[in-house]
Amino acid sequence: MAQAAAVAKAPPAGPPPRRRRTSATPRRLPYLLIAPAGLLMLGFIAYPVISVFYYSLQNYNPTKPWRNGFAGLDNFVTAFTGDPDFWSTLGFSLQWVVVQVVLQLLLGLGLALVVNQTFIGRGLARALVFSPWAVSGVLTSSIWMLLYNSQTGITRYLADAGIGSYGTSWLSDTATVFPAVVTAELWRGVPFFAILILADLQSVSKDLYEAAEVDGASRLRQFLHITLPHLKDAIILSTLLRAVWEFNNVDLLYTLTGGGPAGETTTLPLRIASIAVDSHDFGYASALTSIAFVILLFCSMLYLRLSKFGGDDK
Amino acid sequence: MTVKEAQLTPAATATASAPPAPGRRRPETRPSKKGSSWDDVPRRQIYVPLGVYLLFTLIPFYWMLLFAFRPTGSTSLVPWPLTFEHFDKVWNERAFATFFQNSLLVGVASMLMTTVVALAGGYALARFDFKVKRAFMLALLCSQFIPGALMLVPLFEIFANLKMINSLGSVIIAETVFQLPLTMILISGFIRNVPPSLEEAAWVDGCGRFRAFCAVVLPLLRPGLIAVGSFAFVHSWNHFLFALMFLSDQSKQTIPVGLATLMGADSVDLGALAAGGVVAALPVVIVFAFIQKWLVTGFSAGAVKG
Repeated sequence: MAQAAAVAKAPPAGPPPRRRRTSATPRRLPYLLIAPAGLLMLGFIAYPVISVFYYSLQNYNPTKPWRNGFAGLDNFVTAFTGDPDFWSTLGFSLQWVVVQVVLQLLLGLGLALVVNQTFIGRGLARALVFSPWAVSGVLTSSIWMLLYNSQTGITRYLADAGIGSYGTSWLSDTATVFPAVVTAELWRGVPFFAILILADLQSVSKDLYEAAEVDGASRLRQFLHITLPHLKDAIILSTLLRAVWEFNNVDLLYTLTGGGPAGETTTLPLRIASIAVDSHDFGYASALTSIAFVILLFCSMLYLRLSKFGGDDK
Repeated sequence: MTVKEAQLTPAATATASAPPAPGRRRPETRPSKKGSSWDDVPRRQIYVPLGVYLLFTLIPFYWMLLFAFRPTGSTSLVPWPLTFEHFDKVWNERAFATFFQNSLLVGVASMLMTTVVALAGGYALARFDFKVKRAFMLALLCSQFIPGALMLVPLFEIFANLKMINSLGSVIIAETVFQLPLTMILISGFIRNVPPSLEEAAWVDGCGRFRAFCAVVLPLLRPGLIAVGSFAFVHSWNHFLFALMFLSDQSKQTIPVGLATLMGADSVDLGALAAGGVVAALPVVIVFAFIQKWLVTGFSAGAVKG
């Protein structure tokens, strides 16, 4: 920032000082200001994306260098026809995203509506219910791992109280693992949704409700016709950002279940990471990455269309 | 205006616990007395769902504290007698003291880099119309759809070429880059909320653009910047993938990786895991308590108006 401004004010002397101060070379200045961000993103986002596409057309495996070289669309053909795990992990990814986003939206909306009310202890209540937002990733996993532990976790105490049985580990049983990981992810995901929605709720004018009140509209109708339409944009934004985030996010599943049991909780990104790290098949991992990228790009276009992002300020 | 006034009158902070003066922040805590139906929702409909949700939120935290402070082998539901054996173990034997320092360095450095770079970019996006603006905004948005996890291979190669593998610098850069887009969108939203006329007035008074920005705009942005900076810190503090991939020396590792290794063993030492969790949570809890009041306003000012 300081640097950019200093450059902008540097010679060539040009117009007399006073004039230069008021207009401060506005033609070059915005470019100088976005340059650091632009260069960082070019180097560490754009270039890697391009190389992912490049590698996806290659056989590229550092442990089998003799096979390396141009592979055409082989990796993609393998993904779509020769790899049963691709479809199952993609299916699980979609299931994961849909369940997470729908539940997070509903619970987050409900939570936001509740803590938007005026009541005693609201500040504390907000701080407490939002607190898991600050605790993410691996820490969430470790907390829930403690809770789900078959020997000393909450199941034991529930069993003492007559619910369930001893020695169950919800994380290693295919019947319970999905609800278990979904619950853990909801624990940290709902607060974020609630914060975004609450922020928007606060900008609804009270006058609208008062007017509706005068007209005799019920609270449900007020919610449907005033609150929800007002929240539409915030909901679109948070839903799509969350969907992508839930799709990509690996740390919780990686540490909590490692994708197991029996691959039950492996998402596509988790599988890509394991292909790249464990079998060093960078070419195939890149092809899967490209496919994931296209899927996500589709989401982003949908988002652009729905929200008209980046247009005029209004 | 609230920020400036508070700054100019130190008394305002001294009397912060007194009833809020008219015109101070958070008018929503003093709703209009003539209740619309929205204000007199039955208490039951607030406290019951809130209570249930609070249980869901707090039981896991309690569980962590319980295991962290309870002696090994105890099955008591209260952590009594208190023991610090688990903390001693993770902090000294499991090198969490080192992880803690590394995480702190990564968190603070990426927070500063993110904020400064995004401030410059956000200012340009908020105040100027220029040729590539729309394309740049699009790029910011699209970058949100690019999975950091999926770019590990090329990123690894870049850092290997830069000879930055196994240096905290690689993690700092990666964390910064992946937080930049959203931070910049938020900050440009904050800046757009500051009337340009304020800055123009300062130019007329003979300030350069940079000085006018520092003197007029920056103080007004402070709450938003604190919120955004804290998000950045918390995110880098918690994030695990880049540290896992780019750092191989144990002495370079960060807290989340330390936690993951505690979890990875066949027989997990639950006490140590819980104590490690408490160590990992402590800084974010402090940051969170500090920014809590700006959290919601920060988002409403920046994100939603995009």
